[in-house]
Amino acid sequence: MNTDAKIVQRSIVGKGIAHDSAARHVAGEANYIDDMPELPGTLHAAFVLSPVAHGRLNSFDATEALAMEGVAGVWSAKDVPGHNEVGPIHTGETLFAEDIVDHEGRVIAVVAANDFETAYRAAKKVKLDIEPLEAVLDIEDAHRRKNYVVPVQEVVDGDVDTALADAPHVFSGKLKMGGQDHFYLETHIAYAIPGENGEMLVHSSTQHPTEVQHHVAGILGIHANAVECQVRRMGGGFGGKESQPTIIAGAAALIAAKTGKPCKMRLKRRDDMAGTGKRHDFVVNWKVGVDERGRILGLDAEYLARAGNLPDLTGPVITRALTHTDNSYHIPHARFVGHACKTNTVSNTAFRGFGGPQGIITIEAIIDTIARELKLEPNAVRAVNYYGDETGDTTPYGQKVDDNRLVEVTDAVLASADWQQRRAEIDAHNAANPVIRRGLAMMPVKFGISFNLTSLNQAGALVHVYLDGSIFLNHGGTEMGQGLFVKVAQVVAEVFQVELDMVRISSTATGKVPNTSATAASTGSDLNGMAAFKAATAIKARLTRVAAEHFDVEEEVIIYREGRVHADNRSVSFGELAKMAWAKRVQLSEAGHYATPKIHWDGKTMKGRPFFYFSYGAAVAEVAIDTLTGETRCLRADILQDVGSPLNPAIDLGQIEGAFVQGMGWVTCEELWWDKAGRLRTVGPSTYKIPGSRDVPPIFNVRILDNMPNREETVFRSKAIGEPPLMLGISIWLAIRDAIASIAGSVPQLDSPATPEAVLRSVREAKGRLKDS
Amino acid sequence: MSNSVRFFLNGQIHEASVRPDTTVLDWLRSAPRLTGTKEGCAEGDCGACSVLIGHVDGSEVKYHAANSCILAMGQIDGKALVTVEGLKTGELHPIQAAMAENGSSQCGFCTPGIVMSLAGLAAANPQADDEAIHDALAGNLCRCTGYRPIVEAARKVVAAGGAEITGPHVAAFAQIEPQPLLAEGGAVFHQPASLNELLTLRSEKPGAILLGGGTDLGVALADYHTDWDEVISLGSVREMRQVRETENHLSFGAAVTWEEVLARVGGHYPSLATLIRRFGSTQIRSMGTIGGNIGTASPIGDGPPALIALGAEIELASLSGHRFLALEDFFLDYRKTELRPNEVIASVSIPKPKPGQEFRVYKISKRYDQDISTVCGAFSIVREDGQVRSARIAFGGMAATPLRATEAEQVLVGTDFDERAANACAAAITARFQPLSDWRGSAEYRLQVASNLVERFRRDVAGETVEVMAL
Repeated sequence: MNTDAKIVQRSIVGKGIAHDSAARHVAGEANYIDDMPELPGTLHAAFVLSPVAHGRLNSFDATEALAMEGVAGVWSAKDVPGHNEVGPIHTGETLFAEDIVDHEGRVIAVVAANDFETAYRAAKKVKLDIEPLEAVLDIEDAHRRKNYVVPVQEVVDGDVDTALADAPHVFSGKLKMGGQDHFYLETHIAYAIPGENGEMLVHSSTQHPTEVQHHVAGILGIHANAVECQVRRMGGGFGGKESQPTIIAGAAALIAAKTGKPCKMRLKRRDDMAGTGKRHDFVVNWKVGVDERGRILGLDAEYLARAGNLPDLTGPVITRALTHTDNSYHIPHARFVGHACKTNTVSNTAFRGFGGPQGIITIEAIIDTIARELKLEPNAVRAVNYYGDETGDTTPYGQKVDDNRLVEVTDAVLASADWQQRRAEIDAHNAANPVIRRGLAMMPVKFGISFNLTSLNQAGALVHVYLDGSIFLNHGGTEMGQGLFVKVAQVVAEVFQVELDMVRISSTATGKVPNTSATAASTGSDLNGMAAFKAATAIKARLTRVAAEHFDVEEEVIIYREGRVHADNRSVSFGELAKMAWAKRVQLSEAGHYATPKIHWDGKTMKGRPFFYFSYGAAVAEVAIDTLTGETRCLRADILQDVGSPLNPAIDLGQIEGAFVQGMGWVTCEELWWDKAGRLRTVGPSTYKIPGSRDVPPIFNVRILDNMPNREETVFRSKAIGEPPLMLGISIWLAIRDAIASIAGSVPQLDSPATPEAVLRSVREAKGRLKDS
Repeated sequence: MSNSVRFFLNGQIHEASVRPDTTVLDWLRSAPRLTGTKEGCAEGDCGACSVLIGHVDGSEVKYHAANSCILAMGQIDGKALVTVEGLKTGELHPIQAAMAENGSSQCGFCTPGIVMSLAGLAAANPQADDEAIHDALAGNLCRCTGYRPIVEAARKVVAAGGAEITGPHVAAFAQIEPQPLLAEGGAVFHQPASLNELLTLRSEKPGAILLGGGTDLGVALADYHTDWDEVISLGSVREMRQVRETENHLSFGAAVTWEEVLARVGGHYPSLATLIRRFGSTQIRSMGTIGGNIGTASPIGDGPPALIALGAEIELASLSGHRFLALEDFFLDYRKTELRPNEVIASVSIPKPKPGQEFRVYKISKRYDQDISTVCGAFSIVREDGQVRSARIAFGGMAATPLRATEAEQVLVGTDFDERAANACAAAITARFQPLSDWRGSAEYRLQVASNLVERFRRDVAGETVEVMAL
């Protein structure tokens, strides 16, 4: 049996099939955890959160809360029977604060009551005795104090000091970029149901059921085999439900174990935004040496990431930032240093792109600066630096770029976006219009696919064939809207050549497929698709033997087509074949396992081949800015994205568009704002603004690169899609810079997000230069 | 004492024995377990909880979208409530079908709310263009799709002629006339039908909450879990639901919603209509009232600066009589007003445009739609032979109250409103205000923008395109 996906015929894979839940989504019939029928006696939980950024927790008094009718109890660190731990990597990351509270919104205790309303009100009645301590709120302040949560990381290649010393031109700068709230529409939620003999069933809105299972077991002091975590779907995840759900599920399970009653915990939006992590904001100090053409000779970049109070996933986020600072450009001498700065703000966490956006916006700002300093066209500077024969094909971390599609995608998007003509039109507009300025920018994205940490790149799947020919599919991946379930179902239907609706998609469950990785790093369909493919093909091999015996032919003659199994002009239905196999006592169930080949990574030297392959994309964005108010608008965006041979182009298109708009939000309107006391004041949609429908460019052309199968043997030669297009949103930020640069021809002083205020400040700076010159 | 809330629930008369200050969302998800309607934010901003509310308007039943998270059960007494479950009558409603076919959902959590908003649009405006589609979607956030397939689904349904909401006929509403008093679980909800009844209640119960559309008060109800033990709802007061038009004025009863105001002012003040379309969302404008926007006295409400610049006057009523105030004199300090404990805002009167008048209002915010102003600046000048005869300028977001900039007005009078005059006016604005810094913008930014808006206004009245959204 050949398991190479590429040789299998395609009749279901590659089709733009709607999301499996689409008809239920629109009818309100898709169930989320809060929609599940509640068992009698269900308790509802609410957190007691720290109102201060840093302090010594002397005690708390829950007398008043406990006296309220319907309140079942209050629990905190001292009540945890096992380990008070919820960290995804490190120990010491506690569910409940012990003696110190180290950010506003830090979980101190949890209250349970007969209904949500009572629990929430009771939580507000718990009196806290906290002695305030000095709070470190600023990234650079933490860096000066050398407050870090994990050791420094460095990607070093060549001799950057000599390269900078010898370079004809050296430019430097500082770039500040904001964080980002995930703003999944469904806030964090878990429903824990105690069973007999210490068992615990936890429904959790999580991208990482295995982590929830293990931490719940750890908190309760029981074995992992007593805990099952299930998730049918999330109302959005975006990385925000990778490590954070353990906090919510852990508290719900603790209450369920303590009381023997089911317990649901759903966070209010404000508690979700104050109490759980976000995308890391960064400050980057950089220095680049270039020649006359803008060719980069050496780059020295120091990244300061806001870890918040704990490590969580900050280490790997920084790794990805450092391994994406090259983006599409060959950098012969490099030193990229990353510090994980400890601040008294909520611990930041995974968010779609996972450090990649921070690395890529940095190099794009540098390219833009080089071009404007040298009075060159930015795309010309990009072109002389692309990986390729003339420059080089080895990244600073040692991986060869051997599937380079940069020239294809950038040339194609420049042509389809009509770059030359629009550039001229925009320049003419700007010459005639002092108030409304326009800007245009193109950028490429090269994004590495695989978890940086090699061991995470594995997945399992479970496939059963029943005697009516229906198929049950389970795998370790979770559905958060990205269409993973339908894609993997297509893979299985393709193997057996049955109708897609013969494949039953089921909730992710740790009891069915164990020891899974988070559905993250864009790897969901690569990993789980291949695991399911392997399980299905193993069953198919057995069925084929049965069919060959039945028809008395060689196995090679057996063909699966349209729900039937054929041998020349004879055939049986797929279900009949399943019954025959059962009668012959053949196993009709299989657990598939897949481990990504070829990859390796040395975390000490920061060298290796962390990524199985790269995904490529490019975007052209046009904006208008108002130089009186700083308001901006993206007028047009053209995107070309490489997805290999797509498993489902309709789903992929949705991922590209959604990611781009999310990236646009990160660099424009989404701003997290803390007050001087370290309290996050943007904790709801009234204060934290994600893009709305009118913000989407009125001309929005999104194309998938045609006929470009993955060079690596991924499932049906497809490529990952979840994260890469998010970074194309940075093109809007570059176009805003271009518009600002039209004022004085100088390098725009612009950080991210480019809010109206940030843009106006930059415009005034440019106007100031104009006056001076 | 107990009196149930009575309404049509997805076409059937329903009586709910529930505290009238229970939110419609909480009730839907608990008692009848209609869980298609979701909580995304509990502040009326994300739209995941959107439902349709039907009421009798003349000879027809009209439906509009509303945020059920900030809507009290008392507010739907006498109305029809349609949820996503009720929209599907055997087969999917056209907007549901179009969205399912078009890849318009990913995680699906925002989807029922979006379905309801677009179903409301398809019923109310079968000729909707893209701008109307965005207006209908402004109150719904989607974090997954990037909206393109949602807008396309809406276009398809509109192109096919829209779609009506199946529900009770006008006559059937006679069975569920709004009740004067709702009471349950210690909470009472008065629904006076006339101004006189209202004023009597107001004098007897000065501590009761005066409820217009509840789009501001409802946030406290939903997000902070406060109780409303005694409410006087204004929605059924006949006089306060009226719009009167005279030769020189448009007068709106205080309980007239912003959607209804929008329908009347566009012909007179297109710029005001553009501003109103950016008040919250369709859901918010369909509930929120002109009187409520003034009475809540927020320093960042967008109605007052525009209305002050237009020279609006408000009518305050009590059992002892009526008095009339220039709107700018109503606001005393942060959330403090001239309203006495026995008074209500009865109506708001807006002068119609005069010959030579130019009025513009500019709202500056991080996001164009459904955001709160960082700065809202309203400008009105009357010119004769090119010369400014009178000027009125007012701002929101620049002080503890909506505030006129009288010095800046004076600077313009007598000028040709050239660049020099604009600069002097801008300088007067800078001198006038000491705004706060917060998450919407720093004091420096607010001052800079407020003064820059004079230059925008100058270019605008000269015929230039001055806003990026107009491109």
